[in-house]
Amino acid sequence: MKDTVLQVEDLHVFYGGIHALKGVSLSVPQGTIVALIGANGAGKSTTLRTISGLVRAKRGRISFEGKDITEELPHRIVEMGIAMVPEGRRIFPNLTVMENLLLGAYTRRDSQGLKRDLDWVFTLFPRLKERTWQKGGTLSGGEQQMLAVARALMSRPRLLMMDEPSLGLAPLLVREIFDIIRELCENGVTILLIEQNAKAALEIAHYAYVLETGRIVLEGEGKKLLEDERVRKAYLGEE
Amino acid sequence: MKNTILTLMLFVLLMIGVFGAQKYLNAYLIRILNTACIYVVAAVAYNLINGVTGQFSLGPNAFMAIGGYTVALLMLPLAQKEEVYFLQPLIWPLNSFSFPPSLFIVALFLGGLFAALFAFLIGIPTLRLRGDYLAIATFGFGEIVIVLANNLIPITNGALGIKGIPEYTNLWWTANWAFWTVFVIKNLVNSSFGRALKAIREDEIAAEAMGVNLFRHKLLAFALSGFFAGVAGGLFVTLISTVSPTLFTFSMTFNLLIIIVLGGLGSITGSTVTAILFAFLQELLREVEAPHTIGSWTFPGIPGMRMVVFSVILVILMIFYRRGLFGQRELSFESVFLLFRKRRKVHA
Repeated sequence: MKDTVLQVEDLHVFYGGIHALKGVSLSVPQGTIVALIGANGAGKSTTLRTISGLVRAKRGRISFEGKDITEELPHRIVEMGIAMVPEGRRIFPNLTVMENLLLGAYTRRDSQGLKRDLDWVFTLFPRLKERTWQKGGTLSGGEQQMLAVARALMSRPRLLMMDEPSLGLAPLLVREIFDIIRELCENGVTILLIEQNAKAALEIAHYAYVLETGRIVLEGEGKKLLEDERVRKAYLGEE
Repeated sequence: MKNTILTLMLFVLLMIGVFGAQKYLNAYLIRILNTACIYVVAAVAYNLINGVTGQFSLGPNAFMAIGGYTVALLMLPLAQKEEVYFLQPLIWPLNSFSFPPSLFIVALFLGGLFAALFAFLIGIPTLRLRGDYLAIATFGFGEIVIVLANNLIPITNGALGIKGIPEYTNLWWTANWAFWTVFVIKNLVNSSFGRALKAIREDEIAAEAMGVNLFRHKLLAFALSGFFAGVAGGLFVTLISTVSPTLFTFSMTFNLLIIIVLGGLGSITGSTVTAILFAFLQELLREVEAPHTIGSWTFPGIPGMRMVVFSVILVILMIFYRRGLFGQRELSFESVFLLFRKRRKVHA
């Protein structure tokens, strides 16, 4: 049995008067890819935003490596080792690729390790290395997504949370991104992945949760869910 | 290391320039140069919060006023204090002491610190607001400060203002403050703290996801901007030897806004260059406010015509060159060298 990195228990979140999460529980074991799939408005992004401290939970508990982080502020959570690739990439368009990457490492103070990790992300994404002085906004969509992932990696996270990394990318690039996610996992980064592209996500996920209107309705190993009839009907568009 | 030497060389060059200017230029030109340097301090400080951090503040006139009044009250000789405050006497302890000329620098720092303190206190509620709301709130604060200056007669002497402030400010002071303001803010912007400020401008949510403490960064940038605005106010009142509420009305903020937008929001080089241009243009454009006779026609002078010209320039620039003269680019030693190297290659 692997150690649990992230444990979410009975999470309730309200947006104004709307009960967005109605008791979500999930756990992410060390060194695995866990996927959270579901339709629009199911509460996937809310779950992620609550874990990273951008949204406050009304009830429930989030613990990271055994420590309760439910009430922590976003910058503290980054410092503790959770990084996020936000939905829609959200790179800094008028800053250079290098500045974007250094901002990912904003909470770090070790310049030695920082240099090493810069080299590491450049070996992962050689295309970024050629463009260090280019402004983020001038990159193509796929390159921007890579920059967003690389930027998150610069904080040396022990848990990487990705919100819809395949959004708006051409199919070929989607495959490339998912290959990278798998490679990151093999490199020892634990990943919590949110996807609308259920097929691609379930193919690489060790374990997956299906979210529907704020509740987890189904969970299991990625490959098993892929064969599940309900999942096939609802998310893979099969009859 | 190379940059340190180049910076020092630039500083020495500037000081030689000041020496030459003091010796050979007439008082009128020196006055314009002084104003230019003060505008540099105020504009670069304003650019830190508006251009670099992207928080649309409309309150620098308030911080300049606070700094200006503080320095005036600290430096005004006791005899002058008694003479000026004839409506109502100046309150204790301000009526019991006055800084000697040697403490002018301390007075300037205190003026800046006092302005920074106000920026800090105002920032706590207002910097939680975004965009237009922040602009309105800071604008309101600016108006409050002017109303207070008009009505706190035992401290500010009301609408009459304070006259006879010793003219301590000269080109040495203003040039030094301009230089060191640019130096400090440029280094700050290039540091990791400055990168975080730029990230806030670009995308607050992403910046927060990177672990940037939004509120703390905005507040620090706002207070620092307030500090230099306060110093600029202090330099200004000891240059023209008087301070009154009309000196720091919203039109001061408007001038600074023109400068930083024309120069390019976020570009320190831009703010510096346009601040100097602005000070000179303001004098050159006096011509358009004077009465003119063309043939048998006599046009009366229209006061305020200069601002019309500036506003037209601003409108044209916003239509055709929205990013300002420099955009977000900076002139650095590296870029100058690069330019020369390219030239040489072309010649070879």
